[in-house]
Amino acid sequence: MRDEIKTSLADDRQATEKNSSSLIPHPSSLSSWVLKAENISKRYGPGCSYCAALTGPEHNTSQCRICGTVTACAALNFQLNQGQILGIVGESGSGKSTLMQIVNLSQRATTGQLWYREPATNGAGSEPLDLLAFDKFTSRAFRNERLGIVHQRPELGLNMNFTVGGNVAEKLLLARWRNVGRIRERTSQLMELTELPSQRIDDDPYTFSGGMLQRVQISKALSSHPALLLLDEVTSGLDVSVQARVLDLIKRLQWELKITMLLVSHDLGVIKQLASRTLVMKNGHIVESGLTDQILEDPQHPYTQLLVSSAL
Amino acid sequence: MHEIQALARLDAFFGQVTEQSEAQETEVVAGPDDNRDPLYNFGFIDEDSKREVRRKLLKAVAIPGHQVPFASRDLPIARGWGTGGLQVTLSLIEPHDRVKVIDQGDDDSVNAVNLRRLIQKTTGLSVTDDTLDATIIQTRHRIPEEVLREDQILVLQVPMADPLRWVEPALERATEMHAEADYGQMWVYMYESVVRSGDINISTQYPVMVEDRYMMDTSPIPRYDVMRLHMAETLYLFGAGREKRVYAIPPYTRIAPLQFEDYPFTTEHQSGQVCEKCGATDTFLTSYFLTGPQGGRWAYTCSDTSYCKKKRPEQGMKEEGMRDEG
Repeated sequence: MRDEIKTSLADDRQATEKNSSSLIPHPSSLSSWVLKAENISKRYGPGCSYCAALTGPEHNTSQCRICGTVTACAALNFQLNQGQILGIVGESGSGKSTLMQIVNLSQRATTGQLWYREPATNGAGSEPLDLLAFDKFTSRAFRNERLGIVHQRPELGLNMNFTVGGNVAEKLLLARWRNVGRIRERTSQLMELTELPSQRIDDDPYTFSGGMLQRVQISKALSSHPALLLLDEVTSGLDVSVQARVLDLIKRLQWELKITMLLVSHDLGVIKQLASRTLVMKNGHIVESGLTDQILEDPQHPYTQLLVSSAL
Repeated sequence: MHEIQALARLDAFFGQVTEQSEAQETEVVAGPDDNRDPLYNFGFIDEDSKREVRRKLLKAVAIPGHQVPFASRDLPIARGWGTGGLQVTLSLIEPHDRVKVIDQGDDDSVNAVNLRRLIQKTTGLSVTDDTLDATIIQTRHRIPEEVLREDQILVLQVPMADPLRWVEPALERATEMHAEADYGQMWVYMYESVVRSGDINISTQYPVMVEDRYMMDTSPIPRYDVMRLHMAETLYLFGAGREKRVYAIPPYTRIAPLQFEDYPFTTEHQSGQVCEKCGATDTFLTSYFLTGPQGGRWAYTCSDTSYCKKKRPEQGMKEEGMRDEG
């Protein structure tokens, strides 16, 4: 009898534990993801059955020697959580910028799925959308409304024939803002936010310095309240003091506006300062991923070890 | 043996078809009037080219505001002098048509006279100055003052077909922008014009949105005429010969000029200006300087000369009547 009671008590305890464990969500499900990439691949060329076997970090090339196809991204998987900065490092030609272009919907991935979930304040998030299934029209609308991109070279992100104010206003005009007074007010606010002199709103971009132009790009990217900010080598080509100011600005924006960011850089210092998690890419593959501190302090992959040792 | 018979039958069939088409062609070519120069085909251009232009025009009508490429033919006038409009007119013209040609609203300007002479010489048709009497009106830079009807066609000569030329000179990229309705750059151009000059400083070739889809160049018509394209009863056809593009605004199409809430679209018309000749106050006026002993003055007349002429006797009669009463 006593044994029976014992077993029934044990069953109850197990049941309670089970219930309580089902009540407490798994830590991964707590953080609401914004972007999730599943098997994203991008090939430049016809491809052949040997491509996968002959490319990658172990062969130290991303070009197939049989058919000449370049596999810029090979079955990449990653997840970007709300308010997080995800850093992507790697040598030149490792597929960082291609990945950025795929996320910016300006390049189409060969295979894979890219899920986007609208960030919500209650943590639940909305229904995920497959970004790669969008047509050109929807892609453009999505890019204008939900994405902001800062290119490595300002000429790529800005139209040098228009004034700085006009460049920042473009996204507002695309979002059907039709009041010049209000547009100028908002543009000035954005310029002040990025520490640009708002009295130079009607100046031409070529009268601005490189660091200022990067901040103009950031103003433009922020104008539509993007859910996701893509930063492609924002500090390369800038001198150290300007670099520090731009990095401070990005950190402040992330702190104040809680914007989710994807940061591509080949500079480990930048990644260390900004990114909470990092992907290390080589020859189109992710060779290592994890917390930035962990990767920098205890690199596992030989390439990451080389990268860290040469940087520090 | 069977094959030979079948071939003979086919030959006979095609022979009949060719004879029929030749008969039809000669019927068209002959026309009602024999005043035309017999050296040329009816309407100068050959029938196949006319058919190609008509096919492209059908496509243009089906997609309002969309620029359709066409094989612009050589004509006995220079490219950029109205060849696009002329090809559209000549490909549509039929023996029962009456044509009117104007340039800047004027029936007697050099360009209009020469184009009219070419149409007359190659078609033998009678031409007219009366807007309401014409079935096809070819025009440069103006829409006639009188409201056009459903059975009339207005053909506009276009020098620059693409409104995005100012912001995107690369044709390939501009075509992509049209396809994706990516008009952000053009809106920045409008914003910049306000910032730089205090108002929208586009006087002619004002960009409009057609059915909220395609951005279209209105050809160099003044802003005064732009809203007359909106929900009009007439078919408007635009031909750019040098750029090899045709586009159209079918009847009852919605047109919206690009404008801002605080800088709305306005026309050039100023109150208080009166036509010197007919006294009209509600027409598009052109200005000229009259020299005089005390230094001269600016005078205004209707840009649409045939409308002005038509209105003058009415005005005169009214004045006479008033005098009689007095």
